[in-house]
Amino acid sequence: MSETLLSVQGLTKRFRLRRSLGEFVTRRPGDSALAVDHVSFDLAKGEILGLAGGSGSGKTTLARMLIRLVEPDEGVITVDGRSVRDARGHELREIRRRMQMVFQDPYSSLNPRMTVGTAILEAGRVHHQPGSDDGDAFVSKFLDLVRLPASMAVRHPSELSGGQRQRVAVARALAIGPEVLIADEAVSALDVSIQTQLLNLFLDLRDELGLAILFVAHQLSVIAEVADRVAIMHLGVIVEIGATAEVFHHPQDEYTKSLLASHPQPVPLDASREIRICE
Amino acid sequence: MSLLKIENLRIAFPARGGITEVVRGVNLEVHEGETVGLVGESGSGKSLSCRSIIRLLPSHAQMTANVHFDGRDVMALSRKAIRDHRAHNVGMIFQDPFSCFNPTKRIGEQVAETLRVNAGMDKSAARARAIELLASVEIDRPEQRYRAFPHELSGGMRQRVMIAIAISAGPRLLIADEPTTALDVTTQAQILKLIEQRRRDLNMAVLLVSHDFGVIAQACQRVAVMYGGYVVEAGPVDEICARPQHPYTRALLESIPSLESAGHHVRRAGIPGQPPTAGEIGPGCPFANRCAFARPECAGVDMSLEVVGDAHATACPFVRTVSATSEAGGA
Repeated sequence: MSETLLSVQGLTKRFRLRRSLGEFVTRRPGDSALAVDHVSFDLAKGEILGLAGGSGSGKTTLARMLIRLVEPDEGVITVDGRSVRDARGHELREIRRRMQMVFQDPYSSLNPRMTVGTAILEAGRVHHQPGSDDGDAFVSKFLDLVRLPASMAVRHPSELSGGQRQRVAVARALAIGPEVLIADEAVSALDVSIQTQLLNLFLDLRDELGLAILFVAHQLSVIAEVADRVAIMHLGVIVEIGATAEVFHHPQDEYTKSLLASHPQPVPLDASREIRICE
Repeated sequence: MSLLKIENLRIAFPARGGITEVVRGVNLEVHEGETVGLVGESGSGKSLSCRSIIRLLPSHAQMTANVHFDGRDVMALSRKAIRDHRAHNVGMIFQDPFSCFNPTKRIGEQVAETLRVNAGMDKSAARARAIELLASVEIDRPEQRYRAFPHELSGGMRQRVMIAIAISAGPRLLIADEPTTALDVTTQAQILKLIEQRRRDLNMAVLLVSHDFGVIAQACQRVAVMYGGYVVEAGPVDEICARPQHPYTRALLESIPSLESAGHHVRRAGIPGQPPTAGEIGPGCPFANRCAFARPECAGVDMSLEVVGDAHATACPFVRTVSATSEAGGA
């Protein structure tokens, strides 16, 4: 479990802002916003790392840089000791195969004209996954992994609920055989009862496949449920990182404290009064 | 005293081969000056229910109900009267504070416009009052912010301006439909606090709609839990959180992730299956197919609320019989 799979050092991203007319005329460079500022962390095999922070804290930019959907400006990312930033062509594809991403909105991340089965199979075939020549078996294997019936394969995304779509998005990511799953607010748009099912699924996948998961979420309580360690981001910087219980029960940073204090938690259930239904 | 009383609210939409009922006989009462929560998952009918108070429904919706606001029959109001009702009695804020603004107009002018149209103020009086209102929702340097465009403000700031517009006429009731869903937790806490402050200062009632039981528990005194177009349980918030009397409420509360879980992974039982879509709901209890305590009689339940405790009512008759008999028997 302590074997480091993904290592990030000093990762930085600046977004250039639009130049003002004055800057344009005088050919001065425009201002830039520092979205992610020298961030470092490690992710071990089979570990779930939570990444929390307010909106605009840079957590999505950080997640996207890991698979180079956003090009970093500075820093080092390595997977199993191989540099992600220097990878080109075949090597980059291989790195993206090893790290897959699940996005927040399952309505826009699936192709509406492709059936569930086609989407999963296509992902597997593109990356020459073993077993992908036998379409039906391949598809049902991954649907089963995300606890969906094999009969789902012929459906289109529009026929599915939000929770089912998110499962399909996870199945498609898994079909490529990744070692790291990056879940960017993957449960944020779901109802509470469906959210629970997905959180359990992520825990199961970690246990069954030994996946490492970077779990990005703005809801601290969701991270508390699944993450082994948590990193708190604020204004592009990781202000605190450590074991989830340690950070949540003994926060050191002021920003972490304010986040925890703002979290709305309903009054706990009175355990002595079980609901009773006659037989 | 009862400020708002909704009785037997039904909302239906025309669908292929007939109509689909999405709100199925909701009763709701809001007293003067109190905060009432409406909680439920997507598709439970909570947003439509609160919009019915100002008859702000899509034109093809079919709505029947008895809605009384301060003793007046809202359903009988003429088009002009309903405009007055919306302008003076009820303020409303929405989830997305961006699409509610005109992106090409300065926010101060949008606040002032409301005052000019609804309160008949002249330009300079409206401007002065708009700046006062912006200050009252804790926007610092309101004179400068008056000239800002909506895109220049953060989500929390935009929600503050929305609140300023909603309370500009001194409404008796503020309807807040998922007001903090798009915001950070820290901003969420500030906005909830602001709504509470404005409620006390202006002595208005608040109807807070949310899918988040945590938000409801923090802000409300009473709550109604909705599922599949019905109110399945209603009562004091603390009582319902501690001793839910409907299997759905209980399962929902047990599904809520908790900070206490940090360090030891809990696999919550959750609720199997998924919420029904309106077309799938037949007679009887809509939760029966996901309920751990389901029984054949569930198909015959009429979903009316029966009182089980101090102002606490549930639509599940089986929970009630049990706790009543076991308590009577001293078990």
